[in-house]
Amino acid sequence: MNINPVVLFFASVFTSNILLTNFLGMCSYISISKDLNSSNGLGMAVTFVMTVTTVLNWFVYHYIIVPFGLDYLRYIIFIIVIAAVVQILEMVIDRISPSLYMTLGIFLPLITVNCAILGVTLFMQLRNYSLLQSLFYGLGSGLGWWLAIILLAAIRKKIDNAPAPAGLKGTGLTFITIGIMAMAFIGFSGMIRVQ
Amino acid sequence: MNEFTKISKNNLIKENQILIQVLGICSTLAVTNNLRNTMIMAIGVTLVTGLSNLTVSFLKKYIPRKVRMMVETLIIAFYVIIVDIILRAYLPDVSKALGPYVGLIITNCIIMGRAEAFAQANTPLISLWDGLTAGAGYALVLVIVAFIRELLGFGTIFNIRIMPKSFTPWTIMVMAPSAFFIVALLMWVAKSMSLKAGGKK
Repeated sequence: MNINPVVLFFASVFTSNILLTNFLGMCSYISISKDLNSSNGLGMAVTFVMTVTTVLNWFVYHYIIVPFGLDYLRYIIFIIVIAAVVQILEMVIDRISPSLYMTLGIFLPLITVNCAILGVTLFMQLRNYSLLQSLFYGLGSGLGWWLAIILLAAIRKKIDNAPAPAGLKGTGLTFITIGIMAMAFIGFSGMIRVQ
Repeated sequence: MNEFTKISKNNLIKENQILIQVLGICSTLAVTNNLRNTMIMAIGVTLVTGLSNLTVSFLKKYIPRKVRMMVETLIIAFYVIIVDIILRAYLPDVSKALGPYVGLIITNCIIMGRAEAFAQANTPLISLWDGLTAGAGYALVLVIVAFIRELLGFGTIFNIRIMPKSFTPWTIMVMAPSAFFIVALLMWVAKSMSLKAGGKK
């Protein structure tokens, strides 16, 4: 597939937002978005880990999995790479910047089980992206996820006080909000599709 | 009440993984615009949940606490790979349509959640049952969502035309936002019902 990496970047932030059109990373999206600061911290961490793991997994796929014919093991290998990156990152951040570690601390382990991270890697492999495309795709998807979570956190702050039917309060209302946001993001389509 | 029936009731209705606990919505909603794909995916998730619960329960004494998340992930990945290979061999068109979502069963929070919350502390047989029913509760919701989306989005059920010719398909049902709306409506129903039941007591 020959999409300009820059175009791919914008597409993955808006029209093909990993969360709003591919439904990935929903669990932490719903549970963390109650609070704007935590959402911001998690968004930052996800963006970073996503970019790093996508690029690393590109190398792993092209230089280890393909040459050795390990295709059937790829899920396990990808998930180990992701878990390892998160673990190392945790230690590095702890050493370099304890204050950042305090903010990100609780969110980092959560990232290992964030399906968006594995999802981006799998999409990258399935669509045969080049190294540069993978870099921009990983970065763009991370930023798209970050944008989606801070938007929702900001909206939820107001919505929690809204008069709504008792049965709809909480997650129900959140889902409707996400649905409307997804519609708004799809409004950007026409720019490009990366399916 | 027998332990097994109690677990099934809890997992299917009272504590439904999607509607009440809001877990595992990630990987499967994306394929709910086609009922057949959804059912196959849901069966895969149910099997993986059940079998990984069984395995974790068998091995719980031998897994060091510190690395248990990693070991559980590997056990889950093992079963997902089996599902993936079976799909590719017998249902290649479905496997293609599901794309990366089969692999993403690994990161489905329900499976990890059941392994952590139930299989760690219970005997193998009942853990298997718990996993299977938790998966079934999940499948139930997804099938309802897929039914509505396919019927209104394409006018078909299992790819067979149901709606009359004059029916105009609702394009929005094929796209992502509709899945959020339908899940929200189901949550509304589920929560209202549980609130009503709670009020009666």
